[in-house]
Amino acid sequence: MTVESQPSVSLETAIKVETRRQPMPPRERLEQIFDIQDLDAIYGSKAAVKGVTMEVYKNLVTAIIGPSGCGKSTFIRCLNRMNDLIPGFRMNGSIRFQGEDITASSVDPVAVRRTIGMVFQRPNPFPKSIYDNVAWGLRVLGMKDNLDERVERALTQAALWDEVKDRLKASGLSLSGGQQQRLCIARAIAVEPDVVLMDEPASALDPIATQAIEQLMHDLKSEYSFVIVTHNMQQAARVADMTAFFSISTGGEGQRWGELVEYDATEKIFTNPSDQRTEDYVTGRFG
Amino acid sequence: MSAQPSALMARSHGLRRRRAVNRGMEWMAWLAALIAVAILGVVVWSVARRGASELNLNLLTKSPVPFAPPNVTQGLANAFAGTLVIVGLATAMALPIGILVALYLNEFAPPSIKNGVSLTLDVLNGIPAVVIGIFVFGLLVVGHGQSGMAGAFALAVLMLPLVSRSTMEVLALVPNSLREASLGLGVPRWRTTLSIVLPQTLGGIVTGTVLAVARVAGETAPLLFTSSIVANATSWNPGHALQTVPVAIFELSESPDPADHARAWAAALVLLLFIMFASLGARWLATRTRRKLGAAR
Repeated sequence: MTVESQPSVSLETAIKVETRRQPMPPRERLEQIFDIQDLDAIYGSKAAVKGVTMEVYKNLVTAIIGPSGCGKSTFIRCLNRMNDLIPGFRMNGSIRFQGEDITASSVDPVAVRRTIGMVFQRPNPFPKSIYDNVAWGLRVLGMKDNLDERVERALTQAALWDEVKDRLKASGLSLSGGQQQRLCIARAIAVEPDVVLMDEPASALDPIATQAIEQLMHDLKSEYSFVIVTHNMQQAARVADMTAFFSISTGGEGQRWGELVEYDATEKIFTNPSDQRTEDYVTGRFG
Repeated sequence: MSAQPSALMARSHGLRRRRAVNRGMEWMAWLAALIAVAILGVVVWSVARRGASELNLNLLTKSPVPFAPPNVTQGLANAFAGTLVIVGLATAMALPIGILVALYLNEFAPPSIKNGVSLTLDVLNGIPAVVIGIFVFGLLVVGHGQSGMAGAFALAVLMLPLVSRSTMEVLALVPNSLREASLGLGVPRWRTTLSIVLPQTLGGIVTGTVLAVARVAGETAPLLFTSSIVANATSWNPGHALQTVPVAIFELSESPDPADHARAWAAALVLLLFIMFASLGARWLATRTRRKLGAAR
């Protein structure tokens, strides 16, 4: 996987945009998987994110970057209705997933999460064995045929199989942080979702574990679509095909909310952004 | 200590006085702790001293014999059997309801309902046992007569808030990330609760239940109303009134026969030992659960 395209670095950025990414086809030719229109995410009476309109493309890695408090996590948790668990949370606007508006109250959030998996900021394996961490979801969701094979495949895809194949009965909690996070990724992809959402999956991990996770996203994007929230710009530059930059807007009466500033191909965002705020952020002038 | 003011002492005005106050407070705190332990010690010692002579297998296996000549061995088998039946039934009633209440409040209920019902549980917990006794007397005993069942029901009412509250406490300890992990896979909420959340809390639920059992096993007042007019024969049938350990202690203490007093003390000792071991066991379980949950965080 080393098709090269040399980006012309025009800005004095500290960030080297990785070159192992394949050149992006024009956006019109990409298949949309999410079509988000005018999305507001509101906790009680306080808007966390306002007016997000963007589309997410199939089989790409889409990164969400931005300063703390800009609503990156809130936004990504809208995509699989994870915010439903928070009392007083609601959404305006629409999120069309393969044509169907998943914000509609008639849509069962369980079905949404079944198709759109999630990996969380901190590794959260079940207090079960390594094998059962992956197999439990499969069993509960009725994917009981070839259980061993499915578990092995998921662990292999998550680049963990070689490290754990001799101790599948050991507790998932006995693994290191990076291994736990890869176990969580294996658990998420074992149930064959279409999309995997990752909410700062490497923020609690060391550089080597981080690299392993970035590599596996790169290797798996032909099968899944990834949306990753990260506050690490280098990480976005390394793994993402498309990057969305969120920032904080302020209104009267001290209101603050997150909004989408710019969304474009990663190269463009990091080398030639069209918005001054994006440029300030990626060059490290704020955030 | 030299009287010469050193560089260190120069800025410490009244250091000697502050040290003395500190030492005084430490002594008082130590004394208070000693008094608390001493009271328990005195209670255990006095019960043990008076009850030890009658503490033998006969106490648990032989029935009481009224107006017995001194050479007849007797015990309180009926009371121990009754307490076993009544507390067992009470647990069987209170445990499932208590756990379900806690699960509903902690996992499903909106915050307003959760706060309201939690408050109700706390109020219920604060109602004196004798009031519960009168309530159950009016509800189940009047017109039907006393029964072990009515006694068990009264104790279940006492146990319910204890079980619910302790279960809610451990449920709150289960990290949210674990629920999210399961829900994020597309697992329904009831299944997440049943398979991921509940197993984490088993130790805590057992702890809460053991403490609740220990508490109601010594309750006397509600049983006086509901299950106190009893035969001396050992019975396991909760359809009739059953003798219980606390009621037996109460009745024996009013007897003119000093042998009865000794048996009452011995029964009290058994009750005390049971509660002590139950509490110790519960503590051990609670520490274990907390450690397990801590690892999952």
